[in-house]
Amino acid sequence: MASKPARVESKVPIDYRTVDRVTGPLLFVRDVQNAAYGEIVEISLPNGERRQGQVLDSRKGLAIVQVFGPTMGMNVEQTSVKFLGEVARLAVSDEMLGRVFNGLGEPRDGGPRIVSENRLEIVGNAMNPYSREEPSEFIQTGISTIDVNNTLVRGQKLPIFSGAGLPHNQIAAQIVRQAKLRDSNEGFAVVFAAMGITSEEANYFLKEFETTGALERAVVFLNLSSDPSMERVVTPRMALTCAEYLAYEKDLHVLVVLTDMTNYCEALREVSAAREEVPGRRGYPGYMYTDLATLYERAGKIHGRKGSITQLPILTMPADDVTHPIPDLTGYITEGQVYVSRDLQRKGIYPPIDVLPSLSRLMNQGIGKDRTREDHRGVADQLFATYATGKDQRALSAIVGEDSLSAIDRLYLRAADRFEAEFVNQRADEDRTIDQSLSIAWDILADLPDSELKRIKPELVEKYRPRKAAPPA
Amino acid sequence: MAVVGRVSGPVVIADGLDDAKMFDVVRVGSLGLVGEVIRLVGGAATIQVYEDTTGIRPGDPIENTGQALSVELGPGLLKSIYDGVQRPLDVIQKSLGDFITRGFVAPPLDEKAIWEFTPTAKVGSDVTPGTILGTVQETPLILHKIMVPPGVQGTLKDLKAGKYTIRDPIGSIQTGAGTSPVFLSQKWVVRIPRPVRQKLPPTIPLITGQRVIDSFFPVAKGGTACIPGPFGSGKTVCQQQLAKWADSDVVVYVGCGERGNEMTEVLATFPTLLDPKTKRPLMERTVLIANTSNMPVAAREASVYTGITIAEYYRDMGYDVALMADSTSRWAEAMREISGRLEEMPGEEGYPAYLGRRVAEFYERAGRVVTLSPDGRTGSVTVVGAVSPPGGDTSEPVSQNTLRVTRVFWALDAALAQRRHFPSINWLQSYSLYISDLEPWYGSNLAKDFIQLRQKALEVLQKESELQEIVQLVGVDALPEREKGVLDVARMIREDYLQQSAYDDVDTYTSIQKQYRMLRMILTFSSREQEAIAKGAQVGKLQALPVRTKLSRMKWIPEAELASQFDALELEMSAAVASTATGGA
Repeated sequence: MASKPARVESKVPIDYRTVDRVTGPLLFVRDVQNAAYGEIVEISLPNGERRQGQVLDSRKGLAIVQVFGPTMGMNVEQTSVKFLGEVARLAVSDEMLGRVFNGLGEPRDGGPRIVSENRLEIVGNAMNPYSREEPSEFIQTGISTIDVNNTLVRGQKLPIFSGAGLPHNQIAAQIVRQAKLRDSNEGFAVVFAAMGITSEEANYFLKEFETTGALERAVVFLNLSSDPSMERVVTPRMALTCAEYLAYEKDLHVLVVLTDMTNYCEALREVSAAREEVPGRRGYPGYMYTDLATLYERAGKIHGRKGSITQLPILTMPADDVTHPIPDLTGYITEGQVYVSRDLQRKGIYPPIDVLPSLSRLMNQGIGKDRTREDHRGVADQLFATYATGKDQRALSAIVGEDSLSAIDRLYLRAADRFEAEFVNQRADEDRTIDQSLSIAWDILADLPDSELKRIKPELVEKYRPRKAAPPA
Repeated sequence: MAVVGRVSGPVVIADGLDDAKMFDVVRVGSLGLVGEVIRLVGGAATIQVYEDTTGIRPGDPIENTGQALSVELGPGLLKSIYDGVQRPLDVIQKSLGDFITRGFVAPPLDEKAIWEFTPTAKVGSDVTPGTILGTVQETPLILHKIMVPPGVQGTLKDLKAGKYTIRDPIGSIQTGAGTSPVFLSQKWVVRIPRPVRQKLPPTIPLITGQRVIDSFFPVAKGGTACIPGPFGSGKTVCQQQLAKWADSDVVVYVGCGERGNEMTEVLATFPTLLDPKTKRPLMERTVLIANTSNMPVAAREASVYTGITIAEYYRDMGYDVALMADSTSRWAEAMREISGRLEEMPGEEGYPAYLGRRVAEFYERAGRVVTLSPDGRTGSVTVVGAVSPPGGDTSEPVSQNTLRVTRVFWALDAALAQRRHFPSINWLQSYSLYISDLEPWYGSNLAKDFIQLRQKALEVLQKESELQEIVQLVGVDALPEREKGVLDVARMIREDYLQQSAYDDVDTYTSIQKQYRMLRMILTFSSREQEAIAKGAQVGKLQALPVRTKLSRMKWIPEAELASQFDALELEMSAAVASTATGGA
C-alpha cells in the first residue's frame, strides 16, 4: 500500500535449467548469480505446466525457491525456472467486488482476469504507528455477548477462538450479516480469505453471502483443503492487500474474515521444516509471531482516510488448547478474542460464546455516553463479576449441595443460569440492538440487591435498574 | 567494494567488508537499509538488517559507516516518538506518508529547532564527564541539563549563552589532546551502559498511585520489576498506568513488538492526561519508542537498548526515570529469530544460549546512582519489564531468566482478569524484595504502622485462601462466626481496596496518604468486627450495615477532603459495628 515498489531492477528474465534438488516445496537452483530475496519466479514443468514460486534464500550460485503448489511432476533435468525480477503483486481494481479468486489471486469464478495499472506488493509496508487513528466506532453485531461484553470497534482485529465441531462459521456469518454502525450508511465491503477449509465450509459462506446480498460487496479468495498448501502462505496477504486498496483508496469500511488461521500456520510450519530451520515450540518456526503480526497488524484506521479495516480471523484451537502456539501467539497480537466454548455448546446454547475468557481490548474507546450508553461499562463489568461468581457457586453447590449456599450465593447461582439461558442464548437470525441487549442484562442484574452492584456507579444503578417485585426467596 | 553475498530474511552475509568491526552499522543495497555487523568469519561479515530485505540480491553494494549503533541525546528527545533505532516516526510520516518505506534516514533530533541555552559553568573551570555546563528548558516540565560528554575532560575554554540548534557549537573545552567543541547534543553507543560513579541502595519507593503496587508490592526508585502474565491479563494497562502516574520525572515507554493500536492509544491519551502534581500534559516528560510487532524484527531487538540509553541520559542529569518495556518477551523472541537465522546452536526452547546473560545485562542498567559529575548528584532508572509467557506458563526461559534478576514480581492472574478484577495482580504469588529497604521511608514519610497494616492485610488474604479450601468441602455455614468475619474482611480488601479501575477518573490514581487511610479503615473495621463477634454479633448483620455501602465507596472520596471524610467515616463505622454487638446479639 502506498509503497514505492521495491526497486528490483528489471532485466530480461533468463530461464535457468539448473535445478539441483527438489525437497518438499523447495527448489534449489544452481548458478543463479543475483536472485533478489522475495523475487517471484515462474517454473515450467516438463509437461508444459507452469507454476509460481518465490525466492527464500539467495546467494551467489544458489537460489532457494519456495513453490506455490505441488512439486509433483518437477524434475532436475528438464524443469526450468525464470526469475521475473519483481516481488509478488496483486492487480487491484474495484471490479474485484463480487468476484471469487483462488489463493494466488487468479479468477476462480470463470470471469476475466483483473487488469489494472495498479499492481500492489502483497507484502505491505508496516503502518506508521504515528499515522494510526484510535479505533473508537462501535460496530453493532447484534450478538449480546459481543456487543455488551466484548465490543467490536472499527479497525480492530478480533479473532474467534474455536475448536473442531463448534459453530464458529455460523457466528462469523451472523456477524458479517448483522454488523453495522448505528446511524450510518457508509460504504462497506467484505473480504473473505479461506485457507485450507473444506469445500462444504466454503459453499456455506458463499451461499450465505449470496442469500443476504453480501456477495456483490464481497471479494472472495478461496484456497480449499484440496488446493496446494503452499498457496496458503500467500492467500491472506492477497486478501489484505485487496482490503487495503478498498479501504484506503476507495474509502470503504472493510471487514476481513480470515479462516482458518490454523491451516495457515500449518503451511508455515511445512515450509519451515522443508528449509530445515531450527524449530520453535511444537515445530512451528521461531518467527511465527512476527509473521502473524505482519498479517494481523494490517487492520486499523489511518488519520485523514475514510476507510478502515476490521479483521475477524477464525482459528480452531488444536484439542481446545488455548496455550497451543497458534492461539497463544494470535492472542498476543490481536486486540482480544471471542472464545467459543464447548461446554456451552453441549448445553445447547447458541452462540456458545464464553464471555469470561473472551476480551475486547478496544472496547473502552467504543462504548459509553454518546457511543452506546453511559451504563455500558459498568453493566459489562457487573455481568462478568456476577457470572464468574455464579459459576463458582455452581461448582461449589455440586459438592456441598445448593442448600448449604447462603441466600446471596443462591441469587448469584440463579443469575448465572439466567445469564446463559437469556443473555448468551439467542437465535442465529436474532439481531439485538445494544439497548435490547442492555435491557436483558439489567433484567438479570435486578435479581441482585443494590449492595452487590459494586461495579456500576450508584447514580446509574438508580437510573437504569428496573424496579420489580422482590424475587422469590 | 563490499557486496551482498547471501540474503535470507533479515540476515545478510557481506563479502569484502574487510574493515568491519563487530556491531558496526552498515548500509545495505541501493536503498541503504540500516544493518549491524553481528558476526565476522574470515572475509565474510554477517549483518542483521533493521528493515525488510525483500528485493536485496547478491552483488548489491554495502557501505560501512564504521560506527556502532548509537543514539543522539540532547534537547528534543521528550515528546518524541521513535522506532527501535531512533528514527522519528512523526518525521517519517510527514515525508513518507502513512506506511513506513525502507532505507529512510532522518535525524533523531530536530536539527532546526532553536534552544535557549543558559550557561551555569564558569569559563576557565575544570570540567569532567557529567559536569553540567548549562541548561535548556526542554519542556515546561523538564529542565534539560547540558553535560560534558563521557570521555571529555579539561578546562572550559569558552561557553556562551544564546540561541542554538543542536548542530551549533556552544563553547569548547581545552583537553590534553587539543580543543574539543561542545554541542547541545551528544552520541552514545546503545549497547554500552553509560558510566556512573557509584550505585546506591534502593531506599525510596516509586509511588505509582496503584494501591496493590504501592501498598503491597512496591518497587523502589532504581529498582527492577517484572510483570509476567498471559495475554488479556492486563499487562499493558498496568504498564500504561505506571507510565501515567508513577512519580518519576521522566518516563521512557518502549513498545517492543506490541500492537499498533495500543501505541496509538498511548499517543492519543498521553497528551490529554495531566501530570497529577504539575497539571501539565504527561507527554512533556515522556519519550515513546514504538517498534510494533509488524515492524522489522532486528529493530525490535535494538529498541530496548535505545530506550534504556535515553533513560540513562536523563538519569545522568539527576532525574528519576522510569522505563517501561512492553514486552521483553518480544525482544527475546527477536533474539531467537535472529539466532535461528544465524544457525546458532539453540538453548532452551530455541532461544539462544546467551538469553540469560542479555536479560541480566539489561536489568543491571537500572539503579539509583551517584552520577559521574563532580557535584555528586543522584539519579535513578527504574525498569519495569512486561513478560508475555506462552500460555501464561512462567516456567519458560524468558520469565525464568527475568525472575532471577528482578526484585519485584507482579504475577498477573488470568482467573482474576476473567472476573474483571483489575489490576489482576495475584496477592498470594507476587512479591517485593524491597520491603525491608523501604520500611524506614514509609515509617518516616507516611505512618509508623503502615508496614504492619500491610502485613496484617496480607495475612488476612492468606488466611482467606486457607479457609476457602475448607469452604469448598463443608460450605460456608459450617465456619465459626470469627472465621466468617475473616472471609468478610478479605472480601473487602479484595473488592474495595485491591480492585482499582484504570478508567475511572477518581479511582485511577490513589495518593499514598489515601491508601494508608483506606487500608487503616478496613483493618480497623476488621478489629471492631472481631470484637463485636466476640460479644455475640452475627457476620450477616455486620454485612447488612448501611455503613458498609459507604465503606465500599471509599475509593471515590476526593483527595482534597481526605482527612475530614475518613475521620468521620471511621467514627460512624466504629459506632455502627459496636451497635450490632450490644443491640443485636
